[in-house]
Amino acid sequence: MSRETTVNLLLALLLLGAPLVAAGMGEPFYVTLATRVVVLALAAVGLNLALGSGGLLSFGHAAFFGLGGYVAGILATHAFNGEPLFAGIPATTSMPLIWIAAVAVAGLIALPIGAISLRTSGVYFIMITLAFAQMIYYFAISWPAYGGEDGLSMSVRNAFPGVNTAKPLPYFLICYAALMAALLLFRVVEGSRFGSALQAARQNGIRLAAVGIAPFNIRLVAFAASAMITGFAGALYADLNRFVGPSMLSWHMSGELIVLIILGGKGRLFGPVAGAMIFVVFEYVLGGITERWQFFLGLILLGIVLFARGGLLGLLSGKPRHV
Amino acid sequence: MSEPVLEIRDLRKSFGALKATDGVSLELRPGQIHALIGPNGAGKSTLIHQIAGSLKADSGSIRFLGEDISGLDMAARARLGLARSFQISSLAQEFSALRNVMLAVQARQGSSFRFFRQVTSDRDLTEPAMAMLERVDLAARAHVPAAELSHGERRQLEIAIALALSPKAFLFDEPMAGMGPEGSKRLTSFLDGLRHEAPMLLVEHDMDAVFALADRISVLVYGRIIATGTVDEIRSDPDVRRAYLGEAA
Ligand SMILES: Nc1ncnc2c1ncn2[C@@H]1O[C@H](COP(=O)(O)OP(=O)(O)O)[C@@H](O)[C@H]1O
Ligand SMILES: [Mg+2]
Repeated sequence: MSRETTVNLLLALLLLGAPLVAAGMGEPFYVTLATRVVVLALAAVGLNLALGSGGLLSFGHAAFFGLGGYVAGILATHAFNGEPLFAGIPATTSMPLIWIAAVAVAGLIALPIGAISLRTSGVYFIMITLAFAQMIYYFAISWPAYGGEDGLSMSVRNAFPGVNTAKPLPYFLICYAALMAALLLFRVVEGSRFGSALQAARQNGIRLAAVGIAPFNIRLVAFAASAMITGFAGALYADLNRFVGPSMLSWHMSGELIVLIILGGKGRLFGPVAGAMIFVVFEYVLGGITERWQFFLGLILLGIVLFARGGLLGLLSGKPRHV
Repeated sequence: MSEPVLEIRDLRKSFGALKATDGVSLELRPGQIHALIGPNGAGKSTLIHQIAGSLKADSGSIRFLGEDISGLDMAARARLGLARSFQISSLAQEFSALRNVMLAVQARQGSSFRFFRQVTSDRDLTEPAMAMLERVDLAARAHVPAAELSHGERRQLEIAIALALSPKAFLFDEPMAGMGPEGSKRLTSFLDGLRHEAPMLLVEHDMDAVFALADRISVLVYGRIIATGTVDEIRSDPDVRRAYLGEAA
């Protein structure tokens, strides 16, 4: 087992163990905090597929995170009011159905956004993805039917068959399982033919084209898949907070997801997990001391970018093994 | 005489005022090694780029296997069977030599939209890729990242990748550059055998290699082909001697 695998396993156990202990000690707040780590990590796993494997610095992934959230919020609101969604389509409070809808919507919106953005690269790609996300953000703000600037509150958490989702620990376990499933999928896809082509597209798109694989198509599929995972996380996030608002769609959110990945280790399987842990712990511990906790996070980020490109995982487990 | 595999007609490409390709026509026939020689800056690489599709020509036509490929992008041309090497090696630097070749094997086998089977344990990829590395004497370095290969090894790797595509034509841009006399000699005899797999358009500065290998030679100067012929014809052409060979042979 490589050192990185060991570190990954320890992180996974820590992330599972801590809330179990907290729940045992009757501290549900920490379970919710851990759920926040898990859901942010899941969102960042999605971005990591585009950014880490594919080298696509999307500054608009909040769009997909927020879309997933709004899908959950809108479906739940309609179901709560006993109205159909539209054109007679019934709303639902079933989490699995909501997830499917969130993933589908994120993917469908990501395809045209990706198809346009991926015509560009570098700074232009960053700016175009940002612009699309901002368009969706302003759309949400100016749509009073779903809360506009105030967002949408959900009176109860959506339902999962056989689980009491209102309690923190069961809901944590659902999210944790989702994260592990996404990490497994990420791992498998990265080692597949598609994953090879995607990594080659990041390393050298011309080389990929020269063997007959069009980088655009590979990147587009990766971008959409990446958006789908982040959209899934958005739906879980809405249910975690029982609230969805435009802030989920804002560029701050996009930036946070990038920060998580860089903190944890770009392109590394558990990079998003490590990053989300640091981020939430900082937010909680330092945030309790000073409102300017992001300043200190910024210092750490600076240190990592300057001295430890591999992020926390790079520090803990050394250089990545070459394949 | 058989149909040309590759047929270029009146190709033109300018960079601002500079005519890098100025009405070039040439043919590559089955079984041939067609060498393209000319001084630095003559437009040889620019021509290769236009054929491979990494640069768009301003005008003119490029036919490959009887089909006009001018409108196709680089990947589509590669899928039709055009395999190229780069004057400055262009590899997936983080991947091992083997994985670089596996990428070509995967491309040749068809879809890259396969998401589950792991490539490193996929013998349909590893075995053909290893066989190509063996052919270019690079098997011992199969697991070394491309970034850590020596200059000469990277050139060999580029050729292994081209071979793995089982192409219908090779486009090689100065494959011997910086290889040293020993490496050049070995590569020369290797390329000699390749003409039976697919014809080759070979840009090369090493005149010993060119004279040993070429069935036909075209001489490019300032974007124009000033002469095309057999080795003997080119060697004795007074214009060529004046314009180019004067300093080389
Ligand atoms: N992308 C480019 N933009 C502007 N000029 C270029 C470009 N590529 C090549 N050139 C110019 O075109 C001419 C031909 O270059 P090149 O095809 O590389 O020559 P060769 O391979 O024969 O040495 C040179 O004068 C070179 O400076
Ligand atoms: Mg050149």
